[in-house]
Amino acid sequence: MNKSAFENHRAQQLLLTALRQPENLSILTTMEWDLLLRIARRARVLGRIEVSLANSGQLAQIPAGAANHLRATRNVIEHRKTLVSWEVNRLLWALRGIDVPLILLKGTGYLLAGLPPAAGRIFADVDLLVPENRLPELESRLLAAGWFRTQIDPYDDRYYRVWMHEIPPLRHRERGTEIDIHHRLLPKTSRLASDPDTLFANAGELADPRLKILAPADMVLHALVHLFLEGDPGEGLRLRDLLDVHDLLTHFSDLPDFWKELIPRARGLGFQRPLYYGLIHLQQMFATPIPATVAGELNGLAPPWPIRPLMARLISLALLPEHPDYPRRSAAIARWLLYARSHWLRMPTVLLSKHLARKLWLRIRGARKRIDLAQLDLKQQ
Amino acid sequence: MIVGDLDQQEFAEGLSGVGLCIQFGPFNLRIHSNLPTFTHVAYPLYAPYPLFPASQLIDFHIQITSPPGLRRWVRRQACFALDGHFPFAPYAVDHAFPALEWGINWCIATRAHHLLMLHAAGVERNGHAILFPASPGDGKSTLCTALIHSGWRLLSDEFGLVRPEDGMLLPLPRVIPLKNQSIEVIRQFRPQAVIGPEFLGTRKGTVAHVQPPLESIRRAQECARARWLIFPRWIADAPLSLTPIAKSQAFLLVATNAFNYEVLDQASFRLVAQLVRDCDCFTLIYSNLDEAISTLDQLAPNCQ
Repeated sequence: MNKSAFENHRAQQLLLTALRQPENLSILTTMEWDLLLRIARRARVLGRIEVSLANSGQLAQIPAGAANHLRATRNVIEHRKTLVSWEVNRLLWALRGIDVPLILLKGTGYLLAGLPPAAGRIFADVDLLVPENRLPELESRLLAAGWFRTQIDPYDDRYYRVWMHEIPPLRHRERGTEIDIHHRLLPKTSRLASDPDTLFANAGELADPRLKILAPADMVLHALVHLFLEGDPGEGLRLRDLLDVHDLLTHFSDLPDFWKELIPRARGLGFQRPLYYGLIHLQQMFATPIPATVAGELNGLAPPWPIRPLMARLISLALLPEHPDYPRRSAAIARWLLYARSHWLRMPTVLLSKHLARKLWLRIRGARKRIDLAQLDLKQQ
Repeated sequence: MIVGDLDQQEFAEGLSGVGLCIQFGPFNLRIHSNLPTFTHVAYPLYAPYPLFPASQLIDFHIQITSPPGLRRWVRRQACFALDGHFPFAPYAVDHAFPALEWGINWCIATRAHHLLMLHAAGVERNGHAILFPASPGDGKSTLCTALIHSGWRLLSDEFGLVRPEDGMLLPLPRVIPLKNQSIEVIRQFRPQAVIGPEFLGTRKGTVAHVQPPLESIRRAQECARARWLIFPRWIADAPLSLTPIAKSQAFLLVATNAFNYEVLDQASFRLVAQLVRDCDCFTLIYSNLDEAISTLDQLAPNCQ
């Protein structure tokens, strides 16, 4: 094993052990903490480590410098929780008198429903799923109540509205918080069919009857679809999102029909592959308990050889963050390939080629990528 | 051990190897650089700062280096990275030093949320500190630089770091970036001040860095308690005035001019309320540094 492979292996094992057996974190040396903080931050799981330490009463036993970083992360997370909860409150106020189901997706849903993944998780934006035919009404209500469309060029606007599963984000002019409004889980043009109607029919209610969350199986499948199909070539697949699924599966295991319904529901939505990849890697990385009946059926969802071993390798490379001092080309290529794959699944080939050609042209012409400092700051946590 | 214990070549080799671990107040930084434009400027300015042993936790692993890959042969640029990520567009290679200094500010502002970070300069004498919360252009850095060359100890020029546990101010005595006319003002005021080269045409105009007096750097781990909150404003030819202001007004001025007041939530409210309660609060309008300093000097004996 060369130095780079060795260092990456060491860093990744350190991270996985910290996530799997947080009860042993207090025995880490200062230098191990140094590395763990860096790699956990990159995987966006620093807050989760803080929560584990706080719950097991170990915070006082770790090096003070490390405790400072964890404290800082906790403060930011608590602040974001306040912002996101308040944003949902303001949203309900802006939409008062309109009877429309609002499904809270991802982090927003976990937070408002009090589900386990909310602990120690950073919340960026508010994500909503609403019926497509109610979009114009909702959008105009929000625009009248202080939200505005973020500046995007006409091509991007069209890209969103004609092909995508969400409209361009709305931002509040005073609070700066963004709302992403979805009308389905994947782009209209995606190869993975998805009928949003059943999502609304199955949705669960929160305390406020207008607020809903996806049914347990749908929530798990959406988290997996988001993980595997909405990548970022720089960041790779988000380990944090996989941990969300670990928490959800562990939590929903108690529901009598949860596991029985999961695979049929995945087939119904066309999400067998994301479910397969997710469960396989959850077992490997976090030893997530999966009933034998479900595990036995998994092979039926798997892609054929040689896709199966290839994808397993690519996903492992893209999920685990790299040692910041020893980045490997293989991981960068894996991240890029999975990103290309997600785009290939998002749109038909001809449309995708046109889209990429257009993007390339804009880049050659020198249209600068906007640097959003607020978003950069969030990635810091 | 301090940076100055190394000779310039050892300094450059340390930076271009695994990096040098330099301590700035409460923060441990590992700095990596392969740019002579950086090392030449940094060596004399960083000379008095302590190096810390590798057994300590590093808060920020940063670098200012030539662009990765083939671009380094096309363009002479300096790229700032934190933990291997490049958050900003490249800088001109000659501006490597101000780029790194600005990058350190960014690291602190985006990560050090375990502290309340006020946007304020701070100086201390006889165990009592003055905080100068101010907006850019109010002459905070100039006044602060003049004070620390007149017997006051530098706490910080940019970040008023308040520890939530006890409300103490943590010193962060880094080099002070003077802008435009301030550079000449300080050269006139204290010809012996250690000032680095002038960088023309940065985002903030011309910038030159002043090294704090050695005593300030040596005492970087000694916390201080704020005794005065003074809101400075430089106005050309204005007569000096030091006017008390209401604590409620001071509270708002401090709270609305912090880096992370919102993030710390109730703790911020409690800390700023305590700060305002403990401090005498004034606005200071000045045009002449000597006058301003003698007025502030007169505050100090009153608290003995």
